[in-house]
Amino acid sequence: MTATRVFTRSLRAGVRSLALHKLRSLLTTLGVLFGTSSVISMLAIGEGASYEAQEQIKQLGSQNVILRSVKPPDSPNDTNQTSRVVNYGLTRMDRERVEDTFVGIEKVVAVREIQQEVRVKNRSANPRVLATEPAYIDVTGRMVWEGRFITEEDDRSLNNVCVLSTELARYYFPLESAVGKRVKIGPDYFDVVGTVAPRMRAADDPAPAGEEVTGELFVPYQTAMRWFGEIQVKMRAGSRDMEQVELHEIIARVGRGEDVPMVAAAARTMLERFHDKRDHDLIVPLELLARAEETKRIFNIVLGSIAGISLLVGGIGIMNVMLATVTERTREIGIRRALGAKRRHIVSQFLVECVLLSVGGGALGVGLGLAIPLLVEEFADMRTIVTPAAPMIAFGISAGVGVIFGLYPAWRAAEMDPVEALRHE
Amino acid sequence: MITGTDTVAALEDVRRTYLMGSNEVHALDGVSFDIERGQYWSIMGASGSGKSTLLNLMGCLDRPTTGTYWLAGRDTGSLDDDDLSDLRSTHLGFIFQSYNLIPQLDVLENILVPIYYQDEPAPDAEDRARALADRMGLSDRLDHRPPELSGGQQQRVAISRALVNDPDLILADEATGNLDTQTATEILDLFDELSAEGKTIVFVTHEAHVAERASHILRMRDGRIEEVKVQR
Ligand SMILES: Nc1ncnc2c1ncn2[C@@H]1O[C@H](COP(=O)(O)OP(=O)(O)O)[C@@H](O)[C@H]1O
Ligand SMILES: [Mg+2]
Repeated sequence: MTATRVFTRSLRAGVRSLALHKLRSLLTTLGVLFGTSSVISMLAIGEGASYEAQEQIKQLGSQNVILRSVKPPDSPNDTNQTSRVVNYGLTRMDRERVEDTFVGIEKVVAVREIQQEVRVKNRSANPRVLATEPAYIDVTGRMVWEGRFITEEDDRSLNNVCVLSTELARYYFPLESAVGKRVKIGPDYFDVVGTVAPRMRAADDPAPAGEEVTGELFVPYQTAMRWFGEIQVKMRAGSRDMEQVELHEIIARVGRGEDVPMVAAAARTMLERFHDKRDHDLIVPLELLARAEETKRIFNIVLGSIAGISLLVGGIGIMNVMLATVTERTREIGIRRALGAKRRHIVSQFLVECVLLSVGGGALGVGLGLAIPLLVEEFADMRTIVTPAAPMIAFGISAGVGVIFGLYPAWRAAEMDPVEALRHE
Repeated sequence: MITGTDTVAALEDVRRTYLMGSNEVHALDGVSFDIERGQYWSIMGASGSGKSTLLNLMGCLDRPTTGTYWLAGRDTGSLDDDDLSDLRSTHLGFIFQSYNLIPQLDVLENILVPIYYQDEPAPDAEDRARALADRMGLSDRLDHRPPELSGGQQQRVAISRALVNDPDLILADEATGNLDTQTATEILDLFDELSAEGKTIVFVTHEAHVAERASHILRMRDGRIEEVKVQR
C-alpha cells in the first residue's frame, strides 16, 4: 500500500480505538495539556518581560543613570501636625557633585517638578510642569515636534517660555498650532515656543493621577526658580502639604555604555553618603534589563519545571494507559499477527495511538497556552508576547512525548508471541 | 526431501518441545507428511494430542524445535519474523473456533485485514473482498460491526477474510465448534464447496462426521501421527 494510505488508515484506526474510550482518552491527555500550556505561557511571559525591559531602556536611555527624589515614607516632620514644610530629596549640590566628580559623564540635567495649574482661556488642568535645562531633550532622546526646545539663552535671560508635549498641545489648542500662543502657569503668562513628541509610559511611572490630561509642559529651570520658588504646595484630601524639594530628578548621561555600572556605583555611594533619609531612588535602565532577564529566568525555571513535570507525568500517564490497552487488546494483537502484521505494523499501530493522545493533549494545551498569557496580562499586569514559534515548539514537544512514552508499550505489544496472544481471553 | 511439483506444505520429522519447569513436553514428536494442492485434510485426535501445535506450526505462528517445514516452496527455518509474516499475509488463511474478528472494525475492514499487511496488495483486493462477502451472503452487512452479527455470520466473515488473499493453504481450528448444528452444517458445506474449487484445506476437528468430509484424515496421538486415512 502507498505510504499515505497506510498513514491515513492507521490514523483512522487510532482515532477509532481512542474513541471507544472517550473519557479515558481525555483524562490521559491532561498531563500533556498542562505541560504544553506551561511551555507556551513560559515563553510568552519571558518574551514579554524582555520586551518590556527593552522598551523601558529605549525610553529612559540605556546610557543614562537617573536619580529621583522620593518622599521618605516616615518623614519625622509628619508627626508635627501643623503646616511645617517637608524637606527632602535631591539637591543642587548633588547635581554639582555628579557633574564634577563622576568619571565618564557626558551630560547632566536636573528636573524640577512644579505644582501649578495651567490654563488657556477657560481650559484649566494640572499637567506635570517640569523645570529643566536645554540638554534634557538630548539626554532623554525625545523629539522636537514643532518649534524648538528650551535654550541656554532662555535660561540665562529668565525668558517666560515653555514647551508642550503634543498631547498637551492638543488639549489646550485642539484646532490650531500651539506655537506662538500663550499659556498661564499659576499666575504668570508663558509663550509656547515648541512641542515635543509624547513619551511612552514606562511600567514603573506613577500612573496619571486620575487626571484627564496627560503630558508635560517644560519651562526653563531658572525662570521657574524665579517665579515659583522652592516650596511646593500640594493639595491632598483637603489638607495642605508643603514640600521643599530642590530637584526631582537628575539624569546623568554616561559617555560609554561600559561605564554605566561604574557611574551607577558612584551615584549609589554618593547618595548614601550625603542623604541620611531614604529620600531618593536610583534608576539604571541597564540594570532594569538585568532585572527583566532575572524575571524571565525565574519564570523559565518555575514554568519550565511545571512544564517538565506535567509532560513527564502526562507521558507516564499515556504509557500507563497504553500498557493497559496493550494487555486489553492482546487477542487483537494475536489476530493481527496471525493475519500477517509484522512487528513494525503493531509498533506503529500503538505509537500512532500514543501520539494521537499526546498531540490531542498538545492541541488543547496550545489553546490553553494561548489563553493563559491573556489572563496574565489582565490580572498580573505583565506584558506577554506569544511568538509564532511557541505553539509550534509546544506542539512538537507534545508529539515527542507521545513517541517517547509510547515506544515501550508499542514494543511490548510487538514482542508478544502470536500463539500466546491468540490464546489470551 | 523430494516433494511433488504441487506440494503446498511439507513437514519432515518435525518436533516441538515445550519446557515445563525441568520437564520436556513433546507436543509434536517427529511428524512428517506432505499436503498437495487441492487436498482437504482433517486432523483428529484427543485433547492434548498436538493438533493445535501442529496447526500453529503450519500457520508459521510457531517454529519447530527440530525438523523442517516447507511452505509454498520455501524452507521456513531460514526465514525471519518479517518473512513469516509475509507468508501469513500472502499464502495462508486462518479460520478460528472463536471467529477472532476485530471488534472495532466493520465487516469489510475485517475481511481486508490480511490485505492491509501485504507489501504489494492486488489493486482489486477490495472488489475481491466485496465479491466474497456477497458470496457469503454478507453484502448488506458490510458496514456492521462483528458484535452485531450472529455466530454463523461472524464465521462467514472470518472465512471471507481467510480467502481474500487467495491463499495456498487454509487452516481451520475447530471452525464449527461454536456453532449450532444447522449453521455448522452450512459452514461445512461451504468448506466442501471450497475444496471442490481446488482450495487446499487443513481442518482440525474432534468430530468424526466432520472429518468424514475430508480427503485425508490424519489421526494424532501424543504428538505423533497415529494414522493417515486417504478417503479419495
Ligand atoms: N505453550 C505451551 N507450553 C507448554 N506446553 C504446551 C504449550 N502449548 C501446548 N502444550 C502442550 O503440548 C501438548 C499439545 O497441545 P495442543 O497442541 O494444544 O493439543 P490439542 O490442540 O490437540 O488439544 C499438550 O500436552 C499441551 O499441554
Ligand atoms: Mg487444540
